Amino acid sequence: MLKKENRIFKNLYNEFGWEIENSLKRDDWKDTKDLISKGREWIINEVKTSELRGRGGAGFSTGLKWSFAPKEVGSRPHYLVINADESEPGTCKDRDILRFEPQKLIEGCLIAGYTVNAHVCYIYIRGEYLNEGKRLQEAIEQAYAKNFLGKNACGSGWDFDIYIHYGAGAYICGEETALLESIEGNKGQPRLKPPFPALVGLYGCPTIVNNVETVAVVPTILRRGGKWFASIGRPKNTGTKIFCISGNVNAPCNVEEEMGIPLKDLIEKHAGGVVGGWDNLQAVIPGGSSMPLLPKKVCDTLNMDFDTLIENKSGLGTAGIVVINKDQDIVECMARIARFYKHESCGQCTPCREGSGWMWRILDRVVKRKATFSDVDLLSDVTKQIEGHTICAFGEGSAWPVQGLLRHFRKEVESRCREEPLIKKKLNNPYLVDQHLLENKNA
Amino acid sequence: MSIKKIHDDQPKEFKFSEKNLKKVEQILKRYPEKNKKSAVMPLLYLAQRQNENWIPLAAMKYIAKYLAMPYISVYEVATFYTMYNLAPVGKHFIQVCTTTPCLLRGADKIVKLCKENISPNENEISKKGNCSWMEVECLGACVSAPMLQINDDYYEDLDEKSTKEILISLINDKPLKPGSYRGRKNTSPEKISISNGEKHA
Repeated sequence: MLKKENRIFKNLYNEFGWEIENSLKRDDWKDTKDLISKGREWIINEVKTSELRGRGGAGFSTGLKWSFAPKEVGSRPHYLVINADESEPGTCKDRDILRFEPQKLIEGCLIAGYTVNAHVCYIYIRGEYLNEGKRLQEAIEQAYAKNFLGKNACGSGWDFDIYIHYGAGAYICGEETALLESIEGNKGQPRLKPPFPALVGLYGCPTIVNNVETVAVVPTILRRGGKWFASIGRPKNTGTKIFCISGNVNAPCNVEEEMGIPLKDLIEKHAGGVVGGWDNLQAVIPGGSSMPLLPKKVCDTLNMDFDTLIENKSGLGTAGIVVINKDQDIVECMARIARFYKHESCGQCTPCREGSGWMWRILDRVVKRKATFSDVDLLSDVTKQIEGHTICAFGEGSAWPVQGLLRHFRKEVESRCREEPLIKKKLNNPYLVDQHLLENKNA
Repeated sequence: MSIKKIHDDQPKEFKFSEKNLKKVEQILKRYPEKNKKSAVMPLLYLAQRQNENWIPLAAMKYIAKYLAMPYISVYEVATFYTMYNLAPVGKHFIQVCTTTPCLLRGADKIVKLCKENISPNENEISKKGNCSWMEVECLGACVSAPMLQINDDYYEDLDEKSTKEILISLINDKPLKPGSYRGRKNTSPEKISISNGEKHA
């Protein structure tokens, strides 16, 4: 369990007020000038010592990412982009940071911006978070009024500006290159990598893209030392993390806990337990919808960190824990997730565009008990055809949950299937019509 | 990719109001001089606000001209992103989150209530009191499920009773306040335990 003094986001529930005066009392912007004056090398080393891994899903080392930015500014300016396009089902941690701890994010932006030689930072907020964006804008203005931003930001000698850019309801824009495309004013379709954004990013300039939570914890890490952060959790999976516990629990909530906390503790101590008791647990999606679900027997002893979850063929992702109890139809839940991916596929790569809809249609047939046994193998095959054959990780994101379902609940799926009928009814699907619209007829 | 239909009845002309033109200037300052194109998304939002929450084709043409970019690029952007409405919506525009975390807590019941109280189909303006509703994908308030968004505001921790009250208040054009409908403080854990998953929403 995380000790109270080790909590980074003390105002996660807005108990103490989000305004700059209140956050100054919580030690935001304390000695920021001194931290910056210690230089880029020191900051990167300290972040590396802390073993901070990106909180946006992939879990890439933040210190390493920052060190990829060119050391000298050439003819092209550098940019810092903050990814606040939080749309992974099951995740709502960034929303609370934007609402209640905006100064932590803004201070983190200044430090990160200085470290990667960026004078301009764009914060990409999902369009639905309009009120959160307005709140952040107010916080930014408060920071400007105190000279923490702008020319010679915070007395550090570094000019720094932050602008907000709203998305407009596209999940794919959470992918870093799609996000950059979106800021450039295009459709949000991911780019091929390499070149990585650290060298060719926004407007073709070196760009570092970080998640909100990653950047917001950096000032505290620097103030209290990388070693302090590394002492929480276990090696390679250090620090604190905001977990979002939703679904069939008695008290769904966001909570900051140390990395590697047992899942059972999280659910029982913070979220009031599973509805109907722990034995009523069916499965848990441990890291937002794109991570494979885990059945109860794995959940009994599971620790929530990056590496343990990978060992269990899942992932920590964004730490959005969705609890599904035995009152729910697991296939229907996953079919809904498949529909989400079908809706959100950007349509650039064929395997994902066609496959995500295909997976949804098969799962929907299973839910309606119209599928045959061969459909299950077909479904498994489709997931394999998508995985690894797309430009961005959306392909994996859409295939993994279905693979997870088949891995752990294949019997459940098969019990709803039937043998191939001898006389097949011909489906009369018009070509190129969104299946969604045909849902009731012959999906 | 979702199918979006352009409205049949399009206004001939569109122009930003004086007030919005000033806002446009502010928006353009955020982006580098030669990358004016970046402003297309904020400008589409402005156009949507000005034109009763939907974007006519004339506005896309106007924005294309304003930013010196091809009309088709603006059209592409407007049709790609789901939050740009290309056909009129109600004055109270209700978006119900129905993705799995909300579904687990009874989003389907909220959809049913919308069908009963607002209109039988999505994106249909209600007979009484200018409202329309639609199902959307995850709105990012999963621990406050089930929830819905009305225009810009989130209504969280709903159940059947509170949803019905909210919907009726919209029909009467006196919207209730946004926020949690179980009286909890933001996303903090609640002390009281709620009995059964079946009874949510």
